[in-house]
Amino acid sequence: MNELIEAVPFLGKRNPRLTKWLIIIVALVAPLIAAYFGRSWMRILDFALLYMMLALGLNLVVGFAGLLDLGYIAFYAVGAYTWAFLASPHFGVHMPFWIVLPLGAAFAALAGIILGFPVLRLRGDYLAIVTLGFGEIVRIFMNNLNHPVNITNGPQGINALDSLNLFGWNLSQSLTIGDFKIHYLYLYYYFFLLCVVGSIIFIKRLQISRVGRAWAAMRDDELAAKAIGINTRNMKLLAFALGATFGGVAGGLFGSFQGFVSPESFSLMESIAVLTMVVFGGMGNIAGAVVGALILTALPEILRHIALPVQEAVFGTVILDPEVLRMLLLSLAMILMMLLRPAGLVPAHARYSRPELLKGGA
Amino acid sequence: METLLQQIVNGLVVGSVYALVALGYTMVYGILGLINFAHGEVVMVGALTALQTLLLLMGIAPDMAPLLKLAIAVLVAMPVCMILGFLMERLAYRKLRNAPRLAPLITAIGMSFLLQTLAMIIWGRNYHTFPQLISTDPMQPIPGVFITPVQVTIVIVSALVMAGLILLVTKTRLGRAMRATAENHRVAALMGVDTNAIIALTFVIGAALAAVAGVMFASNYGIAHYAMGFMPGLKAFTAAVLGGIGNLGGAMLGGIVLGLVEAVGAGYIETMTFGFLNSSYQDIFAFVILGIVLIFRPTGLLGERVSDRA
Repeated sequence: MNELIEAVPFLGKRNPRLTKWLIIIVALVAPLIAAYFGRSWMRILDFALLYMMLALGLNLVVGFAGLLDLGYIAFYAVGAYTWAFLASPHFGVHMPFWIVLPLGAAFAALAGIILGFPVLRLRGDYLAIVTLGFGEIVRIFMNNLNHPVNITNGPQGINALDSLNLFGWNLSQSLTIGDFKIHYLYLYYYFFLLCVVGSIIFIKRLQISRVGRAWAAMRDDELAAKAIGINTRNMKLLAFALGATFGGVAGGLFGSFQGFVSPESFSLMESIAVLTMVVFGGMGNIAGAVVGALILTALPEILRHIALPVQEAVFGTVILDPEVLRMLLLSLAMILMMLLRPAGLVPAHARYSRPELLKGGA
Repeated sequence: METLLQQIVNGLVVGSVYALVALGYTMVYGILGLINFAHGEVVMVGALTALQTLLLLMGIAPDMAPLLKLAIAVLVAMPVCMILGFLMERLAYRKLRNAPRLAPLITAIGMSFLLQTLAMIIWGRNYHTFPQLISTDPMQPIPGVFITPVQVTIVIVSALVMAGLILLVTKTRLGRAMRATAENHRVAALMGVDTNAIIALTFVIGAALAAVAGVMFASNYGIAHYAMGFMPGLKAFTAAVLGGIGNLGGAMLGGIVLGLVEAVGAGYIETMTFGFLNSSYQDIFAFVILGIVLIFRPTGLLGERVSDRA
């Protein structure tokens, strides 16, 4: 929270108390403001929260433990497909969320460990490529496991996933209290917000715990970490497993929210997008992941609403469609951030990490 | 038996293209310790530039001999890619030379996607037909085994280009400077080598090879599009690791071996897994090989141990 407060420009350092309340109020009324601009903006907000969870989870692996994972979206996929298998008409199984969500998280963690074991000895760039390969393998299987036995339904994906049902309260139906109707997008927003806040608290505790400090030591100097008695193997596996858990939970929520999963949602581009959010916000920093996810989910949408009319007015046609704009923005954000401000928008707190290591010359 | 021979032929052809691309990865890695993620995209730019040139030539000089057209297209694509390689090094990677490892890698990933996006803006999302200027009528040197003149050309040209590169690196002054820089930047600089120029040159040479490889790839499959470079790029990187990264001979060997494994594997995977997996899983081979090599023999087939270097 303190990091988040400090991340607010101008006000953050001068009046932390006011900023704190401001953040809380904005987080609570954000969907009302978004609703003013239209339903699509509420969906975007909901997605921003999902991306926040992903960025928080990836930040654990990349930022805290220093393991560059380019296949992170595979864990998101594992969570989403677990939901699709266990809570949809596809296999005719409809389990409640309190079984499916933890199962999805557990499968994702297992996948994290399966990935973690062979790559334990690898460092830096090799690790990145192997994790990328892992992500691609998962995607290829999702695409092709509709033959000879139909498991994933191939590129068409799986439809009509059960929505989130909190002990009889279906979040996908608008809530009616008297003659006051609350649209379901609000319900999802507040539920996701709760998940994100829970994740932040958990990760914050984790960061200052023995484990978090061991990760930081391992990231800054693996040999030294080993020498002072840190079991780097277990720590790495733990980082992969915990990071994957967040991916798995976010994936399950995504499945329930979207009601539909297909391999397309889990492409390499998505892994890169989440990584960009972490890098853009500031590696190794919770506030960074949150800010990065928020900005990089919202900015392409804002650009879409500004750039398209402008292009139509100037050139008469649309030259850069929204998807191109998003890719352009993400790739430029990644390159420019590394060149100009490698510690990210919200540099990590000096106590838990050493941003000067990112500036080079070390 | 014919299937096996046929797959070996296909594997050799694709493998020699992988080898050309792998050389670009391995040279840059040997000198900078950087995986130039965007190298696959240089292949794509080479292919699409050549395509553009060919279309232009067909418009203004339809009677020109097809081989001459292709040669001109390659000669246009090469400098374009070389400039691209130079700019990448100059604008992005040079500044990060002393940064910790993740920074240049992340930049390279960003660069790869930036180039893909730019290509998408210029050439659109569609698949373009790449004109077949060398005959694709299959010949049958052995009954039942087909090979096209395009494929023969690909193998011969890449062998020639690789031989040229080996000569450049082992026999010339420039090559000696490159090897010295790869060994140790600072000492090389003290010995009077302009290491900045040598590093830039490494990128430029790698890009030129990638341009040739791009044209070959497009000619072999008859198509070109904005994302065509990514997968071959990853596979070529795998080939470089398989051969022993930083080692030129290794990259060539790795490329050929990977091409063979992939082709033969794709031909037999259905029978081997009792019909459970089919040839749509072809792309998995490269990643599985990469994983196995890195775990059991991180030095690759011919290389020295590097994967632990922080």
